[in-house]
Amino acid sequence: MSLVVTSGWYMTLAAVLFALGALGILIRRNALVMFMCIELMLNAVNLTFVAAGRALGNLDGQLAVFFVLVVAAAEVVVGLAIIVAIFRRRQSASVDELSELAG
Amino acid sequence: MSQFLWIIIALPLASAVFLHFAGRRIGEPRAGYLATLSVAGSFALALGAALPFFQGESHGVTVNIWEWMPAIGAALEINWDPLAALMTLIITGVGALIHLYAIGYMHGEARFTRFFVYLNLFVASMLTLVLAGNFAMLFMGWELVGLCSFLLISFWSTRPSANAAGKKAFVVNRIGDFGFLVGLMLIFATFSTLSYAGIFERAEEVLSPGMATAIGLLILIGAAGKSAQIPLYVWLPDAMEGPTPVSALIHAATMVTAGVYVIARSAVIFEISPIAGPIVATVGAATALWAATIALAQKDIKRVLAYSTISQLGYMFLAVGAAGHVAGVFHLMTHAFFKALLFLGAGSVIHGMADEQNMEKMGGLRKAMPITAVTMLIGTIAISGIPPLAGFWSKDEILGVAFSRGGWFWVLWIVGLVTALITAFYMTRQFVLVFLGEPRWTEGVHPHESPRTMTLPLIALAGLSIVGGLLNTPFRTALEHFLEPSFELVALTHPPEGLGMFVLLAGLSTLAGLAGAGAAFLTYNRPAELWGRFEAAFGRTWTLWSEGYRVDDLYWATLVKPGLRAAEAAAFRFDTPIIDGAVNGAGRLVRAAASKGRGLQTGMVRSYGALFAAGTVAVIGWIIWRGA
Repeated sequence: MSLVVTSGWYMTLAAVLFALGALGILIRRNALVMFMCIELMLNAVNLTFVAAGRALGNLDGQLAVFFVLVVAAAEVVVGLAIIVAIFRRRQSASVDELSELAG
Repeated sequence: MSQFLWIIIALPLASAVFLHFAGRRIGEPRAGYLATLSVAGSFALALGAALPFFQGESHGVTVNIWEWMPAIGAALEINWDPLAALMTLIITGVGALIHLYAIGYMHGEARFTRFFVYLNLFVASMLTLVLAGNFAMLFMGWELVGLCSFLLISFWSTRPSANAAGKKAFVVNRIGDFGFLVGLMLIFATFSTLSYAGIFERAEEVLSPGMATAIGLLILIGAAGKSAQIPLYVWLPDAMEGPTPVSALIHAATMVTAGVYVIARSAVIFEISPIAGPIVATVGAATALWAATIALAQKDIKRVLAYSTISQLGYMFLAVGAAGHVAGVFHLMTHAFFKALLFLGAGSVIHGMADEQNMEKMGGLRKAMPITAVTMLIGTIAISGIPPLAGFWSKDEILGVAFSRGGWFWVLWIVGLVTALITAFYMTRQFVLVFLGEPRWTEGVHPHESPRTMTLPLIALAGLSIVGGLLNTPFRTALEHFLEPSFELVALTHPPEGLGMFVLLAGLSTLAGLAGAGAAFLTYNRPAELWGRFEAAFGRTWTLWSEGYRVDDLYWATLVKPGLRAAEAAAFRFDTPIIDGAVNGAGRLVRAAASKGRGLQTGMVRSYGALFAAGTVAVIGWIIWRGA
């Protein structure tokens, strides 16, 4: 029997990746790791876009991916710069310590 | 020539601006001389520009300087007609003399130049008022002179009484201005313009008698405020807190006559109304008698003159109310001469007596101050209406006008005659108390004659008070001829014709004047305890007069106090608990909500993330559930 890869597989994989990313954000304290988790979630979404685009025979999904990639790249630049700046000041990248604005 | 008319206003204004910035640098007394020169320059210019009127060659021109609000007919424009020219000559002529006098009077004053800034600004404002070619510009000048009056009354701002007097003048004038402003709105509603040309020439066809009465009475309210007539006269006696040159210039010769000027200017409107004129005349006659009786019992040399001014303004109102506009303006002019003279003389006395104003502590000053004494005597005779001095001719013309109107005006004529008698009495009383008899000075006072800058204006004004009346006698009506172009749209009331009538009426008023003066002379040219007994014989009536019928108390009880109460109630019963309460309540509500809600902001990014995720799941769940 041949294994037919349907879009359901892709969707499932994307959901698993997304859940992993979300879980990582909630349980990890290191800003850098949280950042990587965000990337994971974004790419999970990209996967759904591409898969859905192929299943529907439509280029719109792949087009959206390009936008997401560009925005993600910009976000990485800004986000990494902030993380580096924080690390230089505090010798740590733990987000739990960054709670000066607590009410 | 006419395109240069604006310089008449600009000269004193420029001097005021210059002195404001550079006055301290050029210092005393040069600042005063500059201010005097600027006003004298305006006088010379005005005299030159008025030449065509003297020759009867011109009916006047209107020169537009700047389109201000064309939609309502308001422009900065100069209406140069004989009436405006005469007013300009009085303001700048008498004004220049008073400026000169003030150089001596204000000598040594710390704010010497500031005083001349205000004085120049006042002259410029007053000229704006009389030279305006529309009611909007007139109202601008009207408010500006009010401002200058306020500034100059409270010039000695360290005195609480001067500040109170300035405020009182401002507030009372505001009441009159309100009426005037409503009147102007009615004029605009009727004519769709505020320009003189657009109003007076069309008045006859456009204006109904009812509307003319409404406008006329509203103008009367404004005029009564500015010219200190019943019931708004109470600010003028207090205005004597200002320096004496201010009292002479603003509160005797010029500003307070603005009301008379406005009514004369609006003569066409008053002519259409059947009752507005008689009401003006009645208010005037009542004020004349009312203020004259108060003047009888005053001890302060300036307050006598203040009440006398109110009384004489009443005469002018009587004249313009009876459509005797020339008579009213004539008296305005002669009054400017002799009342400015009397005020300046009083100032000279106060100056020489080291700021003493109580006449009971004067007496016998004729030897110490001969020039002041002689000029004051001339002023006293002039105001008492004794021929051939100025006051006789103008007052007699007013009484003649009232007499020839007949009917109700006969009552006003009798009131005027009685007032003439009282006027002569209190003015002679003042002269005798100050200059004759034995000295009653307080210890250490050494009266001396004033410097030449002060006596020169006295002599000039005394000369004008002697001959000024000859401008318009029944035998030679030069002033009436001069003013004719300004009143060609109105039917003027004239005194009765014929030499016999003149001799009869003039004889009566001269008799009244002589009787009053003689009685006062006989009463007061005696030792103090004798005239003291005379005054005491009147008992409470005299007290009532000396307290001005306690009108101030009445206004305090009926108007000021309830007003203060209402303001207090609004402030402490409404504003504090309700308005402030609502505002503070809103603040308290936000604060309370925040103190409860601030726990949510933990500063922990991951808890925000968890909330965010939970929210997202909830929203998606809700969408799926609803879609199902």
